[in-house]
Amino acid sequence: MDKNISFTLKVWRQRGPKAKGAFETYQMKDIPGDTSFLEMLDILNEQLVNENKEPIAFDHDCREGICGMCSLYVNGHPHGPATGATTCQLYMRRFKDGDTITVEPWRSAGFPVIRDLMVDRTAFDKIQQAGGYVSINTGGMPDANAIPIGKDIAEEAMDAAACIGCGACVAACKNGSAMLFVSAKVSQFALLPQGKVEAKKRVKAMVAKMDELGFGNCTNTRACEAECPKCVSISNIARLNREFIKAKLKD
Amino acid sequence: MWLSKSSVGRKVVMSVSGAALVLFLLFHMSMNLVAIFSAEGYNMICEFLGANWYALVATAGLAALVVLHFVYAFILTMQNRKARGSQRYAVAERPKGVSWASQNMLVLGIIVILGMGLHLFNFWAKMQLPEVLHMMGMDVEPNVMFNVSNGSAYIVSTFSCPVYAALYVVWLVALWFHLTHGIWSAMQTLGVNNKVWFCRWKMIGNVVSTIIVLGFMAVVVAGYFGMGALGKVALDCGACC
Amino acid sequence: MAKISSVKVDSKIPEGPLAEKWTNYKAHQKLVNPANKRKLDIIVVGTGLAGASGAASLGAMGFNVLNFCIQDSPRRAHSIAAQGGINAAKNYQNDGDSVYRLFYDTIKGGDYRAREANVHRLAEVSGAIIDQCVAQCVPFAREYGGLLANRSFGGAQVSRTFYARGQTGQQLLLGAYSALNYQVSQGTVKVFTRYEMLDLVIIDGRARGIIARNLVTGKVERFAAHAVVIATGGYGNAYFLSTNAMGSNGSAALQCYRKGAYFANPCYAQIHPTCIPVHGDKQSKLTLMSESLRNDGRIWVPKKLEDAKALQQGKKHPNDIPDEDRDFYLERRYPAFGNLVPRDVASRAAKERCDKGFGVNNTGLAVFLDFKYAIQRLGEDVVRQRYGNLFDMYEEIADTNPYKEPMMIFPAIHYTMGGIWVDYELQTSIPGLFAIGEANFSDHGANRLGASALMQGLADGYFVLPYTIQNYLADQIQVPRFSTDAPEFVAAEKAVNDKIAKLMAIKGTRSVDSIHKELGLVMWDNVGMARTKESLENALKEIDRVEKIFWSDLRIPGEADTLNIELEKALRLLDFIEIGRLMAYDALNREESCGGHFREEHQTEEGEAKRDDENFSYVACWKYTGEGQEPELLKEDLNYQYIKVQQRNYKN
Repeated sequence: MDKNISFTLKVWRQRGPKAKGAFETYQMKDIPGDTSFLEMLDILNEQLVNENKEPIAFDHDCREGICGMCSLYVNGHPHGPATGATTCQLYMRRFKDGDTITVEPWRSAGFPVIRDLMVDRTAFDKIQQAGGYVSINTGGMPDANAIPIGKDIAEEAMDAAACIGCGACVAACKNGSAMLFVSAKVSQFALLPQGKVEAKKRVKAMVAKMDELGFGNCTNTRACEAECPKCVSISNIARLNREFIKAKLKD
Repeated sequence: MWLSKSSVGRKVVMSVSGAALVLFLLFHMSMNLVAIFSAEGYNMICEFLGANWYALVATAGLAALVVLHFVYAFILTMQNRKARGSQRYAVAERPKGVSWASQNMLVLGIIVILGMGLHLFNFWAKMQLPEVLHMMGMDVEPNVMFNVSNGSAYIVSTFSCPVYAALYVVWLVALWFHLTHGIWSAMQTLGVNNKVWFCRWKMIGNVVSTIIVLGFMAVVVAGYFGMGALGKVALDCGACC
Repeated sequence: MAKISSVKVDSKIPEGPLAEKWTNYKAHQKLVNPANKRKLDIIVVGTGLAGASGAASLGAMGFNVLNFCIQDSPRRAHSIAAQGGINAAKNYQNDGDSVYRLFYDTIKGGDYRAREANVHRLAEVSGAIIDQCVAQCVPFAREYGGLLANRSFGGAQVSRTFYARGQTGQQLLLGAYSALNYQVSQGTVKVFTRYEMLDLVIIDGRARGIIARNLVTGKVERFAAHAVVIATGGYGNAYFLSTNAMGSNGSAALQCYRKGAYFANPCYAQIHPTCIPVHGDKQSKLTLMSESLRNDGRIWVPKKLEDAKALQQGKKHPNDIPDEDRDFYLERRYPAFGNLVPRDVASRAAKERCDKGFGVNNTGLAVFLDFKYAIQRLGEDVVRQRYGNLFDMYEEIADTNPYKEPMMIFPAIHYTMGGIWVDYELQTSIPGLFAIGEANFSDHGANRLGASALMQGLADGYFVLPYTIQNYLADQIQVPRFSTDAPEFVAAEKAVNDKIAKLMAIKGTRSVDSIHKELGLVMWDNVGMARTKESLENALKEIDRVEKIFWSDLRIPGEADTLNIELEKALRLLDFIEIGRLMAYDALNREESCGGHFREEHQTEEGEAKRDDENFSYVACWKYTGEGQEPELLKEDLNYQYIKVQQRNYKN
């Protein structure tokens, strides 16, 4: 059975994008180990509302690790110390009685803070809108089995497509680079025959948009891969580089 | 131009220049090793690589590569710091699987550059540079001119001094860290990597950087302790420090 | 008791034989020419499978689309969490599948409470969905030969479910999201993220726009269009604890209801049998374990009551109970379908065992889902390959290793079959207002089969709405763009601002969540898996009580004219209260058991749901009659011409 723990919580509070933020400290008492990290914040928010204070704003939605909405930089790690898990899949049994837990928002010029722990990730949408698609309309498609695709290729595409767009890669990167996110999408399309048709145009457009939005240059530290809740591999970044160089050399 | 305007392009410049410099280091290291076995042989190579046109072109090329690699490194770092935003994390932990070197390439690079400055002062300024100056009609001391090809003597004179030997060791250790990340990273940036080759490139990178650094280190050690052919080199140029 | 109108609701089903209705409809419907499409604006609220696919398809046709979502990106909609798969009548496995069989299974699975013509159309277009998704680079699972793989799902005897690991919903949604992004890049769709619809604007009896609040700035804004499409999903969060996302809500649907759209079959809520059991009162949501687990896992509880007691007290380990003392109750009761019976049947069977005291965790509210046998049969590697990510997820939450000991599961609210009433064209009872996906009620009857929600969402968005909406818009090409200065917009915006001001002025002591939890408990205890006349009447009283607390003691800290998460939740809770009431009214009215609606008074001797086709073979359409008034019931009769209505049988 899980034990209850008490700990000190340091949470970043910031009114708005331009406002100056600071840490606030809260004492949490007797939190059951089977409480998820976000449920623990719910408990804190409930306390704050009861004290007529404004609750902490943080992004969350599905709470089962797939929507990519939750963020939070917990004790020096995006999505906290667990590997292969999002913040909503982090349980308090991972922490010890008496710990100090520091919670910060994603910090990157590409992701400005909206309030407290909530950041603006629309840059990711913009990158996808620049080329993260196959240029087709609805209807009139060939039969789904018309083009056989090797199981290994389909699996590799799926590995890349597992990205949930949470932005942990950017948050983890000392360069604020979005390469893992962009490469995952580029890879998924570049691997599959349906996506290959416009692969060159796509990779150039998406990299250009990524650069334009102020994300940093990848220096292959692999922090993104290590912190990715879906374990997306940096082999995708190699593929993006390859696709990009090939496309540019063909110009 | 995509090599300067796009993030991937800038990294390609870093990779290509870095890879070329690795090749040069391999060559330089092999050349140095000769000194342990035969002082004459080494001096012959030094003469061969004196102020001849091909050596000068290569030197100019090398200098250009170093400058390019260094300038791009600064530009990239500046951009990356800006991309990170003004607010830093209060708590930051290096995740598992992230090498220390990968996060400190600029610092390591600066140590390498400083070491290179020292190296140019110790060797190049006494060997190729005087020849060039002499060819350009400037006054060079006859004593110096006489010794431009006596590389073995310079090795012994430099490394017999413990301070220089220690500085060179520090430099080489920094170089090792820089290369262990740099070599596989260059391949990654050039796109010649995947899940299988990732481990291979890392291994190749570690082996190559270790060979390079051990090779250079051997000469430093041999020079310091006077081992091999370097033990027999007469110090006619005067002791160093 | 609610007023019952004698007016019959017309679903506008086209004439002709069942299999030709959709073809005939398309051949004869009115269309809008490309030049006119550009002049027509369509608002789509929601960016899940239905919303994103609908917005993208309408944009691709040339309409000018405004697409809204409450999350920070369209890709976050809760469709993304669907795990198992999507059905399609492709018959790639050559196991006897066909459009008719998918149609038949869906009608039967829905306990004969769905509209034949809609379901047949759904089965007809199902194949094209798979083609569309593959063309978008959705990485479906494949066989070594390179062709698409299938698996089987509850309620079907063929393998027709396409899947992408345990993340099918994610991959399909990302496919639709990519289609949406393509349209954004083409300038046909404009996406508004972090916006929440708070009212529908009606001008001269037609839906002409919405009032939405910018969740970041708190500003209430007006948006006009020629037609409005609601694709905001279901209202399962009325129970507080459900498998829905935290933000999932029924507010958009309820605003439409308040403006005159009928709300159909609200009592049909699906309780999913394989969820991780509730563990404490601080829990915020329930996590679903994919139905696909039932392909290889076997569900059991102890045969002996003393074993169950020992398990509940933690004195015995499940692995200590020998096979002969295990009651595989689904296999025992339903030999033909075994562990793959439809969700409502599996959920009720679990409840039956737990009610009798055979539950296996400390609360007595859980049953085992055991992979010991699959691991013996297939080896751990195969099981890991098939379900690895689900097992990891389970281990993270429950802190036990499902490879070594059985998982514990219990039913939880998952999906709502009821929703905004729509006709064959997916148009609601308000002209110009359409509803697609889970937000409408149309295709699943009283119970939805696994892997059919994805199918329906995408069918509506890609292949049905883009046709049927034109039949409406063809008459609108002369109508110029509306100004949001029209008095109707001004009035609607004022009403929203007044409501917000009223909420902010309560200044009580209770947080939104604490009241929501209270509502959820009332709903689960009284309008949950088994309902009675008494429980439902009690629910209506209790909901009134909760509403009183809400209006007298709610506290929303902060200001309304900025980001305010408590205000967002309060607005949603207000609507959940109304939805809860509607569900209770509907459940009370439906004096029969069918699918997800189980009235204890109406069951067979073996405890199976007992329908009353003579009196209840209709869609219950609820019409708003005013604040605090009982709603009025209108009926749409269900006529089965092509299927013989019978008692559902999953035994043999």
